[in-house]
Amino acid sequence: MDNNKLAVIANNVRKNIILETYMAKSGHPGGSLSATDILTLLYFEVMDINEENVNSIDRDRFVLSKGHASPALYAVLSAKGFIPEEELKTFRELGSRLQGHPSMGLCPGVDMSTGSLGQGISCAVGMALANKLDGNDHRIYVLCGDGECQEGQVWEAVMSAAHYKLDNMCICVDYNNLQIDGHVSDVMDVSPLDKKFEAFGAHVICIDGHDFDQIRAAYAEAKTVKGQPTVIVAKTIKGKGVSFMEDNVNWHGVAPNKEQYEQATAELEAK
Amino acid sequence: MASIATRIAFGDALKELMAEDKNIVAFDADLAGSTKSAEAKKVDPNRHFDMGIAEANMMCAAAGMAASGKIAFVSSFAMFATGRAFEQIRNSVGYPHANVKICASHAGISVGEDGATHQCIEDISLLRGIPGMKVVVPCDYNEAKAAIRAIAYEDGPCYVRLGRSGVEEFFDENYVFEFGKGIVLNKGEKVAIVATGSMVQESMKAKDMMNINPTVVNMHTIKPIDKDLIIELAKTHKYMIAAEEHSIIGGLGSAVAEVLAEAGTGCQLIRIGIQDIFGESGKPGELFEKYGISANKIAEKVNSLD
Repeated sequence: MDNNKLAVIANNVRKNIILETYMAKSGHPGGSLSATDILTLLYFEVMDINEENVNSIDRDRFVLSKGHASPALYAVLSAKGFIPEEELKTFRELGSRLQGHPSMGLCPGVDMSTGSLGQGISCAVGMALANKLDGNDHRIYVLCGDGECQEGQVWEAVMSAAHYKLDNMCICVDYNNLQIDGHVSDVMDVSPLDKKFEAFGAHVICIDGHDFDQIRAAYAEAKTVKGQPTVIVAKTIKGKGVSFMEDNVNWHGVAPNKEQYEQATAELEAK
Repeated sequence: MASIATRIAFGDALKELMAEDKNIVAFDADLAGSTKSAEAKKVDPNRHFDMGIAEANMMCAAAGMAASGKIAFVSSFAMFATGRAFEQIRNSVGYPHANVKICASHAGISVGEDGATHQCIEDISLLRGIPGMKVVVPCDYNEAKAAIRAIAYEDGPCYVRLGRSGVEEFFDENYVFEFGKGIVLNKGEKVAIVATGSMVQESMKAKDMMNINPTVVNMHTIKPIDKDLIIELAKTHKYMIAAEEHSIIGGLGSAVAEVLAEAGTGCQLIRIGIQDIFGESGKPGELFEKYGISANKIAEKVNSLD
């Protein structure tokens, strides 16, 4: 897909992230906006997911290990036509399919329930093992956070993905260097992530997570890797696309008020 | 009478299930020889995954397998399967109602010499609290085998508590496992002993040391608990004794107390179990005696009632 078309879709996803969190008066805009370009390219170019196969497991699947970025996932699933755009306004409401953190079985296209950090990669390991057992060539994609890499389970999971030679799974780390309590490097430094993942047996690719060409090339390279999982370490900007949210820790888990919603929307519409 | 550990039944049942159904997979965390999940390897080594000493990862990988349409059996020692990986069970197995069957061995103090770090007395309590989780504690080989075959095709997550040490056989190979249905092993009067797991053996032994003939029930399913049977027993007995090789907090005793209190029957409950204290190293029999859950101690308790 043309980069300009992707940019238009991603921009609309960002507007919907702002809308969802504004309507819910809660949620996590910062880490949703940092993941938007990666998720957009993944769902519109990389994964073989469409309206016909969305309710089946006979396709590529995705695990949002950083489940708090659910506004981004729901907005992308909506852009794919799996969720009515109007429904995005029900995010976090009583009875909504769009739970604060994704719930599989409730919402089409949500392939695993996530939200408790550190568990998604392990779940993906099980899915990738299942695909190997079944002898299919579907791929499992994961997006996890950089702060999430402080969880020991992340490393258990990558170790096991390497041990079982799971070249059918690809993990992307949304490396925006912010977590609730501050900069990741100040709270509990996870660097050097590339060397750590390499040491655990993964093929590592470092990219700019807002450059479609680099994201595209990384996912293409991952498909050619044999005998080991791939980890894409994507440098991103938390709050990307909204001037006052960018690289600002205060926008981790806070929703915009009416004025901020209008300003953010106006900024995104001007792009 | 033969004395076989329920974990042996797990290995045997898993081996049969793996041979019958290619959709079944097994996970273990470096304890396949002890939990007996290694039996599955004899059928198909490609469907048995040793995940190393990393229970949290194992539990979620099993959830991922279940999300891929498989029936995933997971085993380790009860302490690590349910303690270390509790939150993984809660969020990645329980919440998505995954077809993950946790069959944990070495539960309770009959682990023996390994001591308190390995003697899990909180697992029933932990897993009983997870919505949708079924909890089974078989009392002998044939019951364990039948229970494991039954949970394979029960929708959603299940927990089966298994022991390290041998237990007497009460049932033969024709035994049919019925979820949530307690079994009256001896019909007596005044005192109803509701026992689970290894305490069925101890209670049946204790029965012959008592100055009354008590009713003895094998309560193999802790969740869903057999409310009807408990209420019926409460109406026809003066005392009810809940006996478990588990903490008296949160396990069978608590489940029975909940039923009794809500039914308002007035039957007095006595909880036999580990009295909110850690175990220690020792032989299983010695530990049962010291911690008050042996046949002797159960009989002593009943004989002291007026």
